[in-house]
Amino acid sequence: MTVKLVPDVNAEKRIDPATRRLVRTGVDTVLNPYDEYAIEAALQLKEKLGEGTTVTVFSMAPESGKETVRKALAMGADDAVMLTDAGLEGSDVWDTAFALAQGLKKHGFDLVICGSLSDDGSTGGVPGAIAEYLGVPGFTNARHLDVADGRLRVQRETDNGYQTVSGPLPALVSVTMAVGEPRYASLKGIMGAKKKTIAVQTPADAGIAQPLGASGAKTELLEFAPPPARSKARVVTAEDGPSGAAAIFEFLKEKKLA
Amino acid sequence: MNFDLSDEQKAIQDLCRDFAQREVAPRAEAMDREEEFPYELVAKMAELGLMGLPFPEEYGGSDADTVSYALAVMELARADASTAITMAAHVSLGATPFFLFGTEEQKQRYLVPLAQGKMLWGFGLTEPNAGSDAGNVQTKAELRDGKWIVNGTKAFITNSGTELTGGTTITAVTGKRPDGKPEISNLVVPQSTPGFTRSKKYKKMGWRASDTRELSFVDAALPEENLLGKRGDGLKNFLIVLDGGRISVAALSVGLAWGAYDQAMQYAKDRHAFGKPISAFQAIQFKLVDMLCEIEHAKGMVLKAAWEKDEGRDFSMSASLAKLFSAEVSRRCVNESLQIHGGYGFMDEYPISRMYRDQKINEIGEGTNEVQRMVIARMLGL
Ligand SMILES: Cc1cc2nc3c(=O)[nH]c(=O)nc-3n(C[C@H](O)[C@H](O)[C@H](O)COP(=O)(O)OP(=O)(O)OC[C@H]3O[C@@H](n4cnc5c(N)ncnc54)[C@H](O)[C@@H]3O)c2cc1C
Repeated sequence: MTVKLVPDVNAEKRIDPATRRLVRTGVDTVLNPYDEYAIEAALQLKEKLGEGTTVTVFSMAPESGKETVRKALAMGADDAVMLTDAGLEGSDVWDTAFALAQGLKKHGFDLVICGSLSDDGSTGGVPGAIAEYLGVPGFTNARHLDVADGRLRVQRETDNGYQTVSGPLPALVSVTMAVGEPRYASLKGIMGAKKKTIAVQTPADAGIAQPLGASGAKTELLEFAPPPARSKARVVTAEDGPSGAAAIFEFLKEKKLA
Repeated sequence: MNFDLSDEQKAIQDLCRDFAQREVAPRAEAMDREEEFPYELVAKMAELGLMGLPFPEEYGGSDADTVSYALAVMELARADASTAITMAAHVSLGATPFFLFGTEEQKQRYLVPLAQGKMLWGFGLTEPNAGSDAGNVQTKAELRDGKWIVNGTKAFITNSGTELTGGTTITAVTGKRPDGKPEISNLVVPQSTPGFTRSKKYKKMGWRASDTRELSFVDAALPEENLLGKRGDGLKNFLIVLDGGRISVAALSVGLAWGAYDQAMQYAKDRHAFGKPISAFQAIQFKLVDMLCEIEHAKGMVLKAAWEKDEGRDFSMSASLAKLFSAEVSRRCVNESLQIHGGYGFMDEYPISRMYRDQKINEIGEGTNEVQRMVIARMLGL
């Protein structure tokens, strides 16, 4: 499955005005929380399919992210591949998806499982684009997946329920938080993770010839703005009694909620 | 010199923090109120490998080091002292005697299920009339027809009566030494031993979700092979176990102090007085800074003692210093944190009121502050 490393989700995010990129220095790096669901889905599938199934963590990240990738190994994945090169920094959705697809092709796979979003960029565009570059069916927003007789069966979340779709392998799935709470890395997993391999792949290893990263990006971030400061809340307390209740009711009516 | 945690130590700390904040903290208040033993959390901790954290894999453990153990206990205690002591007493007092002094057969029979967290075990040193004066053991065991016949009482024994408890290892007088002093040995007493009974749980002011009972032995008969370690080494061996136990209680104290600090920090930002959050007042800021300063100090001492143990060095002095200092830091921190909470801190529904009650035992259990000072003075050659 593919994972991204993102700045600590609890840290305050800052954008460097010069590069227009998220400041990643001085902030702890963590696994993208959405990708933890992808790991969980992969491990569930492995438990079901049994021996002979290998779960590989695939991540495009700087080498300094190795220890974060190891967390995915501690959760139970078998090994990891990191696609690493300074030239990949600043990649946009297309570049990222292209590079990952090249790397995945080189490595080989039956099924690629992705989280549906990243906590930092939040474009949600990468999984679909990887499927496109790989030329395999892409199933997005899966709440459940299963493999039987060489075919994939996926329940896709929709606004008011889910649809069950099926397709041939190899394929790509992006999963939602409904696949199940990501498991904790047990102590056994943590102690065992140091013995698992994290292979490093360079763009050349993956057969990538063209420049990627900031210089190859198809999109350019023109402007950014911090979220508007929240206006001061109106506080109604129990002591306000009936007049408070009336104020709340007026407010709800104004917002067309009552 | 290097203050960085290793990758595994960091990962174990993260795991325990995550587990403690997500699974333990939300249940702490109800468990305390109902004096409800945390069976479900023990099962989860067993699954994660925490109940056998420092023991080798071949005996069902997780093979982690003492630094990791101290970090794990800190994170648990930061969320709930009862859960933390349940795990810490199990590991450092219940299981450790088997690891240090057990025969291979005893290790297989007892240590393996204990390290896997399938069974809990008690450490029975204290008696109604032998606390700090632990050598004044009154419990007697006589070897008759290949059986130990035990008579006596043990007081305040943690984890001794849960549904998971397999038994308790005790100190008992097994004879007289050539110099006329009592010969003290360790005996393994399974729960099913005829003549061995447990009282109801004590009603406690703190650690209310943990299981503490009085044990009574009336002609309780044990097979001769239930001797643990060498005959006559009982007190010496239990004191060795307590040396490591000090790191455990010290970590517990730091965790509690840290939890109290977390609560104070949050509350100070949320609570408004005179038109400002109270965290804007210098009097409150200084309290928070002083707390953090002491916690960092105590944490450093605990981790140093743990590191010395991992390095195979003599850690007795560091462990005693850390235990004593951390226990007192935890008192100052719960006190200041409650003060920052004002009247709300006196109310049951605020975690700080529970932490305040949970704190006091840190200065009593596994060697009181006074005893700790005596031990350190002795090490100084005074
Ligand atoms: C909740 C809880 C759980 C416990 N769990 C366990 C357990 O699992 N296993 C176990 O064996 N024990 C356990 N204990 C017992 C604990 O270790 C003892 O309570 C502790 O060692 C103190 O002994 P004591 O209570 O008899 O106090 P005492 O020894 O009677 O001390 C009373 C006071 O006198 C002081 N004092 C005593 N001697 C001296 C001296 N020479 N000089 C100066 N001051 C002195 C002490 O510091 C203390 O202030 C537990 C206790 C509690 C409360």
